[in-house]
Amino acid sequence: MALIELEDVARTFTIRAKVGRLRRERREVRAVDGLSFTVEAGECVGYIGPNGAGKSTTIKMLTGILVPSAGRLRVAGVDPARERTRLARRIGVVFGQRTTLWWDLPLRDSYDLARRIYRIPDARYRANLDRCVELLELGPLLDTPVRQLSLGQRMRGDLAAALLHDPQVLYLDEPTIGLDVVSKVRVREFLREINTVAGTTVLLTTHDLTDIEQLCGRVMVIDHGRMVYDGGLDGLHATGRSERTLVVDLAGPSAPIEVPGARVVKVDGARQWLAFPAEDSAAPIVAAVAAGYPLLDLSVREPAIEDVIARMYAKVPIG
Amino acid sequence: MGSSARLYLAIARGSFRRYSTYRAATLAGVFTNTVFGFILAYTFLALWRARPGLGGYDTSQAVTYIWVSQSLLITVAVWGGGFQDDVQERFRTGDIAVDLYRPVDFLGWWLAADLGRAGFQLLARGLAPITAGAIAFHARMPHSPLTWPVFLLSVLLAVLVSFGLRYLVSLSGFWLHDSDGVRAVMLVVAMFFSGMLLPLGLFPDGLRQAAQVLPWAALIQVPTDIFLERSTGSALLAGLGFQLAWAVVLLALGRAAQLLATRKVVVQGG
Amino acid sequence: MAEYLVENGSSVRPERPLEPESLLEPESLLEPQGRLERLRWALRSWQLSAAMWTRAAMAYRTSFVLMLGANIMITSLDFVVVILMFQHTDRLGGWTLPELGLLYGTSAFALGMADLLVGSVDALGERIRAGTLDVMLIRPAPALSQVCAERFTLRRLGRPAQATVVLLWSVSALRVDWSWDKVLLLAALLVSGTVIFGALFVGGATLQFWWGEAKELQNSFTYGGATLLHYPPTVFAKELVAGVTFGVPLAFVNWLPLLHILGKPDPLGLPAAFQFASPLAAALSVLVAALAWRAGLRAYRGAGN
Ligand SMILES: Nc1ncnc2c1ncn2[C@@H]1O[C@H](COP(=O)(O)OP(=O)(O)OP(=O)(O)O)[C@@H](O)[C@H]1O
Ligand SMILES: [Mg+2]
Repeated sequence: MALIELEDVARTFTIRAKVGRLRRERREVRAVDGLSFTVEAGECVGYIGPNGAGKSTTIKMLTGILVPSAGRLRVAGVDPARERTRLARRIGVVFGQRTTLWWDLPLRDSYDLARRIYRIPDARYRANLDRCVELLELGPLLDTPVRQLSLGQRMRGDLAAALLHDPQVLYLDEPTIGLDVVSKVRVREFLREINTVAGTTVLLTTHDLTDIEQLCGRVMVIDHGRMVYDGGLDGLHATGRSERTLVVDLAGPSAPIEVPGARVVKVDGARQWLAFPAEDSAAPIVAAVAAGYPLLDLSVREPAIEDVIARMYAKVPIG
Repeated sequence: MGSSARLYLAIARGSFRRYSTYRAATLAGVFTNTVFGFILAYTFLALWRARPGLGGYDTSQAVTYIWVSQSLLITVAVWGGGFQDDVQERFRTGDIAVDLYRPVDFLGWWLAADLGRAGFQLLARGLAPITAGAIAFHARMPHSPLTWPVFLLSVLLAVLVSFGLRYLVSLSGFWLHDSDGVRAVMLVVAMFFSGMLLPLGLFPDGLRQAAQVLPWAALIQVPTDIFLERSTGSALLAGLGFQLAWAVVLLALGRAAQLLATRKVVVQGG
Repeated sequence: MAEYLVENGSSVRPERPLEPESLLEPESLLEPQGRLERLRWALRSWQLSAAMWTRAAMAYRTSFVLMLGANIMITSLDFVVVILMFQHTDRLGGWTLPELGLLYGTSAFALGMADLLVGSVDALGERIRAGTLDVMLIRPAPALSQVCAERFTLRRLGRPAQATVVLLWSVSALRVDWSWDKVLLLAALLVSGTVIFGALFVGGATLQFWWGEAKELQNSFTYGGATLLHYPPTVFAKELVAGVTFGVPLAFVNWLPLLHILGKPDPLGLPAAFQFASPLAAALSVLVAALAWRAGLRAYRGAGN
């Protein structure tokens, strides 16, 4: 039996938008639109998609926070919305955008409350806490009030809080958002450890493709609430033929730049955006622009994951 | 000169619009004010049935007193609030020190914002209770059409006095670690001495005379008496003068406190 | 099962469970079974949360004494008004000052206790917007317990404390023959009243699932209701009295039982059974509030983001 099962799950929101001065209109947003997938125990799955794709909504349905509008879902043999508190003991959740820790109290107090709320047996609690403290280097932070922790420290604290009760599944909604490179590396190492050594199933939402590359053997991409890709990471790279962008500032407005190997995608006054294949070198293009145009400044933008996904969305048939 | 007037007008208009976006909250508030109006109007009816003409109010004036005061409660912010919540938030985030250095005058900024708020709440939260009172309790509407503009002027002065009081409480945050406590105490004092709960004329001797000269009387008691046309002629002028005097004194005190606060921030770096 | 026993029995056990499934069994032991067990767990969760908030409040040096004092003063104002009214008359709606004291004491006590225990639920809309409700929903404790305990503070003891003082004064000033049925009825009404106000807090807050900013609406029923009950029913229009008897069951908080205790005629002329029906009304209120809460959770849309 798969640990997570979704069958044709949908969730709609009705929003009332203002049209004109007084009139209001009801509109249906299909945040999740007929999603089906399964995740086996022990997997580490990356769950990505552009903003508003429906990732958080899916995770909220998988935790029981939101009731699905249609479809069937089961996590660890439990219907999340029906038996939310029962499921809660079997899952761990980390929201990058908010914390489950007690803002004004030392980190230790939040863990102690978790011990009581999750009714974790003492020996198990101590073993798990020691382990998290060691791996996440929380030792010196345990007696610090959470509001005094840095974002990275707090995220580590949140990770530990989500794992004290030995959950079977760990959901992570953008756990690396806002973290610096060092913190990201540490969080990733920890996640790899609990996935491979402890065997905890991980479902990870992120906008940082590196998270996925380093952790997940499987990626699911959704857009507009529908699955557009489900498979290995290599397939994702092959499908999304990504481009980099060269942003140039000229001395004044000019006609779109014409240089070999790149094409203008946008012009705004003296500033122009040129796209070129990610694997090409930027140097010859820069040289060509500098030679032919009054160049003041330039910068190169790496392909954003949204671009990769958007490109892929156009190529891969829905379903 | 003209440009700064335009700026303050823009601030006030922005504040008006901001409050007008909280539709559900406004509706809920109107409902609550009206419910309280009903309950309290019945208790006043019972009291005046036992003692007709008490405090110089006839029964219809007494009931109207309740409805006018419910209509004004939020506009003149007897409970505190309005810009106070925003200032408190800026204290929390530490932005307050920066605010003192803005090219826009600190007091002027918040006063404009509070007038915008009061304007919205007079319309949104004032009209419904008084209308309910007029329909359900035959609340006494002013007989002379001239009373309306004078009443509005008096409400404006009431908002100024209320602003002055709340501004001082807010600025106390620069010196006291905890302005929450001051705010809570001010709430009690304001509810009681504004005449919100009972016309000041019904207070026992001593307390009554004190209440009638304290600034809180300017919030509810004075404008309501004008609405009820109890203050006419020289009494009317005295009422307006009383409000104006307190507004000037409190705003001057606020300005002085602001100077001290700025100096303190300069010395201690916030 | 074995895993669980080993866990608690001896120190010989694997460092970590090897496969997640091994947790299933002990977990089902942990999950509270049955209605009574679940209720106990709900209360326990409330208590755990409230204890955390009490500790969190200590992180701020807000003067507890100052705030408690201010709280007592604010909540006493209503009775001060009643006293001032009685400077000008010796009866209001046919009731004397000690009788109004009994009305005030019971109503303020019930409201104050309900506010202390579940009053924080009225900030549900803010919790939803701030996303803290999401966090509560992923814990294995009833969300309602956690919302009710949110920002718990003993400062709110002010109202029940001053209500008790008024209550004691009025009982001593009244010439009531305190037979056992009246004593019992008074005790029952204090408990039922607390439960009814508690249900009103919860039921009213539930509206915020649909109408996020409607926090003030329920004040009409809770604080407005308590104000209504400070005064005798004879003061109000019959329709209003009927409304709070058969609609929002406020009359059961103190009006109806006090009619029996004080031996007053019922302005609506209802059967005497109504005067003893407060516990029943309380039970019904709880049922309605619980159903509303459930419907609200099902309709919950998340914090957005
Ligand atoms: N409470 C809500 N009310 C109305 N619409 C909502 C609500 N929550 C989500 N939505 C809508 O559902 C869609 C999916 O949102 P969701 O938060 O799941 O996206 P996401 O994939 O997590 O995006 P992001 O990468 O920005 O976090 C969006 O269009 C969003 O506007
Ligand atoms: Mg999201």
